[in-house]
Amino acid sequence: MSSTQNQAPETGTARVKRGMAEQLKGGVIMDVVNAEQAKIAEDAGAVAVMALERVPADIRKDGGVARMSDPNMIEEIIEAVSIPVMAKSRIGHFVEAQVLQSLGVDYIDESEVLTPADEVNHSDKFAFTTPFVCGATNLGEALRRIAEGAAMIRSKGEAGTGNVVEAVRHLRQIKNEIARLRGYDNNELYAAAKDLRAPYELVKEVAELGKLPVVLFSAGGVATPADAALMRQLGAEGVFVGSGIFKSGDPAKRAAAIVKATTFYDDPKIIADASRNLGEAMVGINCDTLPETERYANRGW
Amino acid sequence: MTDAPVIGVLALQGDVREHLIALAAADAVARPVRRPEELAEIDGLVIPGGESTTISKLAVLFGVLEPLRERVRGGLPVYGTCAGLILLADKILDPRSGQETIGGIDMIVRRNAFGRQNESFEAAVDIKGVDGDPVEGVFIRAPWVESVGARTEVLAEHEGHIVAVRQGNALATSFHPELTGDHRVHSLFVDMVRANRAPESL
Repeated sequence: MSSTQNQAPETGTARVKRGMAEQLKGGVIMDVVNAEQAKIAEDAGAVAVMALERVPADIRKDGGVARMSDPNMIEEIIEAVSIPVMAKSRIGHFVEAQVLQSLGVDYIDESEVLTPADEVNHSDKFAFTTPFVCGATNLGEALRRIAEGAAMIRSKGEAGTGNVVEAVRHLRQIKNEIARLRGYDNNELYAAAKDLRAPYELVKEVAELGKLPVVLFSAGGVATPADAALMRQLGAEGVFVGSGIFKSGDPAKRAAAIVKATTFYDDPKIIADASRNLGEAMVGINCDTLPETERYANRGW
Repeated sequence: MTDAPVIGVLALQGDVREHLIALAAADAVARPVRRPEELAEIDGLVIPGGESTTISKLAVLFGVLEPLRERVRGGLPVYGTCAGLILLADKILDPRSGQETIGGIDMIVRRNAFGRQNESFEAAVDIKGVDGDPVEGVFIRAPWVESVGARTEVLAEHEGHIVAVRQGNALATSFHPELTGDHRVHSLFVDMVRANRAPESL
């Protein structure tokens, strides 16, 4: 179309939002709470950092309402590193998202780790130039977020536990539901869309592609190199690591080790080498002892 | 075709899958490569988009940086997009401490020159050597080429900034044709790989 030749460059398109996430694939995105940690993460080979005030393990410990981080802290982190910087808004708190966009973050995570601001609605993500990543525990939830404009999905897991079991559950759930759709004929896709509570067009697209139309990462509970490699082998295109790094004994070493294992996720010898002498992992929480009200994965609808 | 060239995509990190699809559509046999020994088996190499600092660190860490330099110096056809363009530059204007490149194109690049993600954009780009309509340029936190040496040919500019170059067997673009479904730039590269292979296979 030669008519495009004279058009002004266009920002905030679906292609640049989703395409940005494509560039992160195969990588590790690390939670950091200050510029110093951000540099450690960058030096270890992180593809991006998530700027937040407290890692999920501390949010759990401290209790209270968890909100968007201080703009000063986010700006310091943007200044400190050259890799992309993400930051979290509360679910449905579109003003926090507007603030994050004005700060120039590269991605907004509308996150269940923070205390939800709206118990019915998520933010309209099409209203932003900055792309959004959202959590999901199953395919229907992922597609509802994409329908609202999310340009990247992460399986939720259970943040701040250091326990990978929920991450595995949610990723398997999403993958299994995609595989099931692949086997449906066209007649069945309408009812499937109804069951998934997701738009028919998206359901049909997933059935044809055999994958989500956006990048799928895994999050919530990855604490070791083997955990990261496990999520990759299960089909995650990359991993978020939150408390697992900076709540461990030797963050720089563990961060680099998780990056290695994420790249060579199908090579047990490299994962073994990466796993040697890492010092203490974060202590971790058994998810079956977590009361329902403290399960972050239940937040979001 | 039995004589389809084998083209690797450096699979340390980034949008590897999209390049594999684009290369296959342009009639090449495409495969991911991560290890030094895998480099020996390819006729050409794509360095994908991704995070240039991350890819460069992983390349050092896993011992592929030197083998890559050797093969590129030896004339292996290479094509880099975005982060890949940075990795093919002889010089980065504003490198992170210790950030290394493979080199191969006599140029100086500026990382994230077009801005952060909020400034990422799409625009039509006319590329020398690509017939027909302009390609849809997808620029994501994209670099530009600040200056080129005498042996480097400028193939495209956007608003006065160099965004596509070629030097001998090395091709690089600031933008991501692999994200558009238009495979003409990949076809251009596959032709370069075929031309390079032709004399010895006769």
